[in-house]
Amino acid sequence: MKPFAYHQPGQIPEAAKLLISVEDAKILAGGMTLLPTLKQRLANPPALIDLSKLGNLKGITDEGATITIGAMTPHAVVAASKLVQTKLPALAALASMIGDPAVRNRGTIGGSVANNDPAADYPAGVLGLGATVITSTREITADKFFRGLFETALEPNEIITAIRFPLPLKAGYAKFKAPASRYALVGVFVAKFADGVRVAVTGAGPGVFRVPPMEAALSQNFDPSAIAAIKIDTDGLTSDIHAEADYRAHLVTVMAKRAVDAALT
Amino acid sequence: MQISFTLNGRPTTVEAEPATLVADLLREQLNLTGTHIGCDTSQCGACVVHLDGLPVKSCTLLAPALDGATLLTIEGLQGAPGSNLMHPMQEAFREHHGLQCGFCTPGMLMTAIALATEKPDLTEADVRHGLEGNICRCTGYQNIVVSVMAGAAAMNAAKGG
Repeated sequence: MKPFAYHQPGQIPEAAKLLISVEDAKILAGGMTLLPTLKQRLANPPALIDLSKLGNLKGITDEGATITIGAMTPHAVVAASKLVQTKLPALAALASMIGDPAVRNRGTIGGSVANNDPAADYPAGVLGLGATVITSTREITADKFFRGLFETALEPNEIITAIRFPLPLKAGYAKFKAPASRYALVGVFVAKFADGVRVAVTGAGPGVFRVPPMEAALSQNFDPSAIAAIKIDTDGLTSDIHAEADYRAHLVTVMAKRAVDAALT
Repeated sequence: MQISFTLNGRPTTVEAEPATLVADLLREQLNLTGTHIGCDTSQCGACVVHLDGLPVKSCTLLAPALDGATLLTIEGLQGAPGSNLMHPMQEAFREHHGLQCGFCTPGMLMTAIALATEKPDLTEADVRHGLEGNICRCTGYQNIVVSVMAGAAAMNAAKGG
């Protein structure tokens, strides 16, 4: 790893100021993606801005109709949270499936969402639930936040501080994981609200996306059989060493059915 | 930068570059070579240590994260107070042949102890899910799972007694 300057700001405005004053500075959250990237020298930032001293970015808040999770909250804390397990069990389940225990103790929800890895789990939960990404400067709806391969709506000086989740009537997550990395080969998050159903897919393409035909069918009949015949187009899906696009397309339907099953149990 | 932390029960201060990985700090600077570096890509788990009681991969942790924290490495494990015995989990790995070459064993033990501490009534499914981040290329895992179950039971018994 190449040397870098190391900053541990105590306040968010200070962190945001550092982020724009040092060109190519990177934010360090849990480091579960950033540190491997630095070790492979895929990035050589002159400075890291460690958010771990910003204590108010950790923790889970119950607002009644919503749950807000601080950006620096590790996956293990979300997975073990009685509040999340009770009010949004699908999200606790999703968090418990990320990586492995050691990774879940370091990796954070804010880091995962900001990085927007095409095979990460959290983007499916955030988009599937229609959550709101809260940053140092504004609030961004999930539908406007994710913009494709590692791309988000974040501005260069913007830092995610929390994610606010509305509570669905029912929700479920199912993923077919790549066995070595435990990233999603395909993961599908399904959420039923009073005004309709949302279906979000991760792993299958260059970024998380929704599946309107499945949403329409599940809004009529929230049952796995309602989407069994819906195939998604292979255009734009990923083909790589792990799976061809047509296999991923097949898995989207299978995982969507399992996610509905999970939501119903 | 200067980093102060508690290492295996002892107050420790080191001088290290921020880009230093904890696994390297332990092995190169502190001569604690029980923490192994296997893949160096945070997948194999040979480098697992406990940071403030939680298992983490020390090959993917920067030294500044230690400041003010408590770190437990494989060298810090011990048996019952006053005894010269191994930790009950180490004893279980020996008893049940939970290792062959031994390279992955320090990480396996640290992960296993954390699992047993977090959930005293471990099931085999819990153990297999909990060991997902620890790779062994010798044993096929069967004896490791048996060892962790036995070690967890022994830790419980020690706590109860």
